[in-house]
Amino acid sequence: MTKPESEWKWKELPVGNVVLEPGNASQYRTGDWKSLMPVLNKELCIHCGLCYIFCPDMAYNLNAEGFFIADLFYCKGCGICAKECPTGAITMVVEEEK
Amino acid sequence: MAKRVGMEVSIAAAEAVKQANVDVISAYPITPQTHIVEHLSELVANGELDAEFIPVESEHSALSVCLGSSAAGARSFTCTSSQGLALMSEITYITSPLRLPIVMIIANRTLSAPLSIWNDHSDVMSIRDCGWIQIFTENGQEVYDHVFFAYRLAEDREVLFPVIVNMDGFILSHVIEPIELIDQEKIDQFLPPYQPLYRLHPDHPVTMGAFALPSIFAETKKSHEMALRSSMSKILEIWKAFGDLTGRYYNPIETYQAEDAETLLVTMGSCGETASVAVDRMREEGRAVGLVKIRLWRPFPFEAFKKATLRAKQLVVIDRAVSVGGPGGPVASEVKAAIYGEEKRPSVYNFVAGISGRDVTPSDFIKMVDKAEIEIEEGNRAGYEIYGVRE
Repeated sequence: MTKPESEWKWKELPVGNVVLEPGNASQYRTGDWKSLMPVLNKELCIHCGLCYIFCPDMAYNLNAEGFFIADLFYCKGCGICAKECPTGAITMVVEEEK
Repeated sequence: MAKRVGMEVSIAAAEAVKQANVDVISAYPITPQTHIVEHLSELVANGELDAEFIPVESEHSALSVCLGSSAAGARSFTCTSSQGLALMSEITYITSPLRLPIVMIIANRTLSAPLSIWNDHSDVMSIRDCGWIQIFTENGQEVYDHVFFAYRLAEDREVLFPVIVNMDGFILSHVIEPIELIDQEKIDQFLPPYQPLYRLHPDHPVTMGAFALPSIFAETKKSHEMALRSSMSKILEIWKAFGDLTGRYYNPIETYQAEDAETLLVTMGSCGETASVAVDRMREEGRAVGLVKIRLWRPFPFEAFKKATLRAKQLVVIDRAVSVGGPGGPVASEVKAAIYGEEKRPSVYNFVAGISGRDVTPSDFIKMVDKAEIEIEEGNRAGYEIYGVRE
């Protein structure tokens, strides 16, 4: 959608609430759902990319320095990346305490 | 005037669906709707109707198929009764907010238990709030006519709602009546090919039936509700156009001997014809009794109903379904709510009559009017009872 759901007025909705803009789920902040967030210890990271492969929300992206970093706009804090990381480089921490 | 042909009302209904040139039919046979579906199946098999007839394993699938075909832009038809409608009910609630112009005939039949195949309105009342435009018919001609009306209305860009045409099971569905068939040329003129506003097409992808969060659901529901309410002007306009085409004019609320009546019977469906005979008899005795027949059930025609009834002293509302543990039958609840805001309003006495196909004769209507007038005179201004039950 061209604007957040909470800003739509009833008269503006398309007939049948048809979504005319494909792929607009990318604008939805699923990151709001998390209580835990992944924190990467770059010292331990071996750049294997397992976090990127296993992430169910495709929240991980490769940055310019060659690290896979979770985009917190999408990351739901499931912790699969931390579980799968072979070197224990990813720790889940309470988001509010970060 | 076109030729009148004697035919079973179910066959006339199926012929109307053929003349409406539907693209997809999906239905599961159930008494008393069966003859409609059987005849359509024959018409497709014989090559008389160029449509897909999709046999399914349940009514839930029948309407799901129509939902999909309608979303792809096909003029779609289904038809059911009673338990079949109950099984289909989940999809009825989905079709309407998606604004898919499916037309469904319901050959109204009692919902179990006890198991019964006969006529009343308990089936359609179970999906009262599903958001379809809902019409009740009195005779075979009205059923035939309303198939065309329903498609023209449903597919209008300013409407885009599914439509239910209710016909009383057996009382209409299995009776042979004279039907004035409309020439195909006239039908084609009245009902142009369906031009969907949105449809599922790979060249123009859209999402239908997406998820909505609490932050937007209420807005979607208000737009749904306002769209259904504002379809009223198109309903009137299209009934007028149909009348100009055929000479048969229909209204949301039909009245008979109502203008100077002190007591008004209020009916919905085929029992309106019987009630009119009762009104004639009571008029012969000099009684100021009239009749108001609700043709359009959703959107409920509040203004037309009030215009027809507010002058009367009392309304005798006949319901064909029980709202178990509720305030009376569903029609009476609606009627009471419609007039509640008026300072001067008639008393409402409610009878549930003719459930599960029990005959309601003209003399039954007279007895109900007698009873209601006495009860109201004695101060029971909102009585309710199931009529004719052995004590």
